[in-house]
Amino acid sequence: MDDLPVTQAPSPEPPATADPTAGVVVPAGAGQRPGAMGGDFFLGRRITPLTRRRLDAFRANRRGFWSLWIFLVLFGISLFAEFIANDRPILIHYDGGWYSPLFKDYSEADLGGDLPIPADYHDPEVAARINAEGWMLWPPIPFSYSTRSTAPGPYPAPPSTTNWLGTDDSGRDVLARLIYGFRISVLFGLALTIASSAIGVAAGAVQGYFGGIVDLGFQRFIEIWSGLPVLYLLIILSSFVQPNFWWLLGLMLLFSWMGLVDVVRAEFLRARNFDYVRAARALGVSNRMIIWRHVLPNATVATITFMPFILNGSITTLTSLDFLGFGLPPGSPSLGELLAQGKANLQAPWLGLTAFFVLALMLSLLVFVGEAVRDAFDPRKITP
Amino acid sequence: MSLLEVRDLSVSFAGWRGAAPVAAVNGVSFSIDRGETLALVGESGSGKTVTALSVLQLLPYPAARHGKGSSIRFEELELVGAPPGVLREVRGNRIAMVFQEPMTSLNPLHTLEKQIGEALFIHKRLPPAAARARIVELLHLVGLSDAENRLGAYPHQLSGGQRQRIMIAMAIANNPDVLVADEPTTALDVTVQAHILALLNDLKARLGMALLLITHDLSIVRKMADRVCVMTRGDIVEAGRTEEVFARPRHPYTQRLLAAEPKGKGVPFDPAAPVLVEAKGVRVWFPIRRGVLRRIKGYVKAVDGVSLALRRGMTLGVVGESGSGKTTLGLALLRLQESRGAIRFAGRNIATERQKRLRPLRREMQIVFQDPFSSLSPRLSIAQIVGEGLQVHRLAATPQEQRRLIDEALTEVGLDPGAAQRYPHEFSGGQRQRIAIARALVLKPRFVVLDEPTSALDMSVQAQIVDLLRELQARHGLTYLFISHDLRVVRAMAHEILVMKDGEIVESGSTEKVMTAPEHPYTRELMAAAFNLAAAPT
Repeated sequence: MDDLPVTQAPSPEPPATADPTAGVVVPAGAGQRPGAMGGDFFLGRRITPLTRRRLDAFRANRRGFWSLWIFLVLFGISLFAEFIANDRPILIHYDGGWYSPLFKDYSEADLGGDLPIPADYHDPEVAARINAEGWMLWPPIPFSYSTRSTAPGPYPAPPSTTNWLGTDDSGRDVLARLIYGFRISVLFGLALTIASSAIGVAAGAVQGYFGGIVDLGFQRFIEIWSGLPVLYLLIILSSFVQPNFWWLLGLMLLFSWMGLVDVVRAEFLRARNFDYVRAARALGVSNRMIIWRHVLPNATVATITFMPFILNGSITTLTSLDFLGFGLPPGSPSLGELLAQGKANLQAPWLGLTAFFVLALMLSLLVFVGEAVRDAFDPRKITP
Repeated sequence: MSLLEVRDLSVSFAGWRGAAPVAAVNGVSFSIDRGETLALVGESGSGKTVTALSVLQLLPYPAARHGKGSSIRFEELELVGAPPGVLREVRGNRIAMVFQEPMTSLNPLHTLEKQIGEALFIHKRLPPAAARARIVELLHLVGLSDAENRLGAYPHQLSGGQRQRIMIAMAIANNPDVLVADEPTTALDVTVQAHILALLNDLKARLGMALLLITHDLSIVRKMADRVCVMTRGDIVEAGRTEEVFARPRHPYTQRLLAAEPKGKGVPFDPAAPVLVEAKGVRVWFPIRRGVLRRIKGYVKAVDGVSLALRRGMTLGVVGESGSGKTTLGLALLRLQESRGAIRFAGRNIATERQKRLRPLRREMQIVFQDPFSSLSPRLSIAQIVGEGLQVHRLAATPQEQRRLIDEALTEVGLDPGAAQRYPHEFSGGQRQRIAIARALVLKPRFVVLDEPTSALDMSVQAQIVDLLRELQARHGLTYLFISHDLRVVRAMAHEILVMKDGEIVESGSTEKVMTAPEHPYTRELMAAAFNLAAAPT
């Protein structure tokens, strides 16, 4: 008896129904909680106090909050990978003229050479010529993901002052490949997450809102569809076409949209009998508008809560496909491919360790963010 | 020294994340003696339930705190801050409690025997055989028929009234000295309410208990209580013998509360006005499917052959207890619920019309729901809620015009148009119901179904909403279908009444006639229970 039944718990908020002003015209500002006065804004949008509490709760979770920031900074940096790791200088001042090789391809002839071939800025002759008449601004890492090292020696080469994390078995700089690989992993994960959430939410919405035979048919279809062996299909398909980023995205999308369907469907089944949905129907609002305006917001909480975890799953999927060799085309920078190299070259531990630590860091950050989001939306912790 | 003495009791709740604490009860004092009924009466939020829970120290401590000097003495035993062991000895043994909602206060996984036996086992350590005999005795005492065979029943197999009887049986299992009943009949139908009140009175006399009755319903207070304490905003503003308080209320709040009962009659209407809504033999049957093949084995007849006619400007009251099909009827008339039979709106048969072709008509027929907390989308602002219908039916050519129409509608229902940018949670129940009415009204409908528009509201707010609805009817010549279980409100609104029971009309006629000279026995029972709280002999 020490636990109070929820229905009996008295509301700690000021009573809402016993407002004696209910009968008179209410002056603006009355009946409003302090703090909500004049509206509360987040990222320029007016938000409800409930959203404010969720934001505060997310912020109060230090681990999740900092994980989000660290992840965003890493991702932000990797978006500018071309400026950080590239085999071309960012800016050249040569012979009174300005050149930006990042944005434009120059031939050697443009830079005072004889041949109309694309300039190789690592070529000592080219470099000497430019440095004699001007200067070059190099990115911090003067290698792109595909730049092969010119230094002689057995590859993979251990970490050195030139290649901070060593090179892989083709003499390409590991750090450069890491930055590009991180970017492609996250971008792939984000694209897959957004696309599969959109499809999943739409499918769940239709099933839950209309129910009945639509729901029944769709559910059976999903049961059959989810029974297909995804990996076999990918292996078979990769023997027909050379999969690239978009191919892989499409293929994964065929099977990954089912994750959110059940949650959203359940939410819609519940919400379609709410009074305000009935009221909207009585107003003559079309089904599409009812779903969009009245029911969908109920499902966003479930969707947002799941998103970091789906993102995690998407990244892992791409990595494992790359590891198995069914992923991105050969030569692409990818964490999975780096892992595979590490496995093939156990005498070069920097390959495997680098890939492991980066993956572990990225996935842990995302899990922490996901946990914080989940707790922030937990109605038992945030009483409205 | 009284049996239970409450002195300077104050309760406050901690604010969320460091916000200032919210005071719920500020220093109330009362006492109660054996064989006496004390009623704590007040509107929602007045702190009466918090007071009742404090007596058993059942508040969510430490979020809830008692102020300095708060004291609750039960036979010289101080309950405030008493150690858990002492409290457990008192709870359910010396002081017992009956909660409001019998649906959620019984464990759905336990049989009746187990529910009631728990209290006996904990406090008396009765062996199973003795406990069983005592349980049967208790069930007889609370008037549950066929008690011996029902010991193995689960809560879902019982009706609301029966469940409340089980709650009472649990509470009196150990012959408590004080019984705290927190709105014991609010969730029940009027005829059932009359029976439960009679039972409580009978038990109090027979067992010599003190009864602390928490309620918002003044007619229950008048019928049951020896003394009454009127609470508002955490204070007892008036206390005294029931007859005295009712005859000569001294505090303005008590005067207002007593005057708040919905009064008057429906607005005058022309009996020769054309018929706007007509229904013939409306049936809503829900199939019961059983077996592996899900074959239809029978029907739940929610509405079974109801015919009615509403003239322009008229209010038709539909009364009946829960499950009588009155809400389903209202939804069926608006084609929000599939039904059989003919429904004519303004001369046009809409019973078989496709939903798409009905959409233009939706402008003219609107609905207001019972619970203003669930009928407004919490994520839309008031302007969006009220303006949605305008958008759907393209009634406003420009955003400025839409703005103007929304403002007009809000003003008409007595709200400040400046509130349009706020969200529903910022409003009280009565204000929300006004918003729901504005949402219907902004479309300038001809026919409005009012589905228990006042039941979720406090008494004084109820009267205001009734006044508002009558005023709007007079001004716009609206036609209402007024669904309610509250006969007092219906009397103040309706010109004609339909009495429904189990999906069928048992009696219909003018309000005057049905109220004063009911013909059908069921109608008579309903009237007696509603106006005199008299239980029909069973």
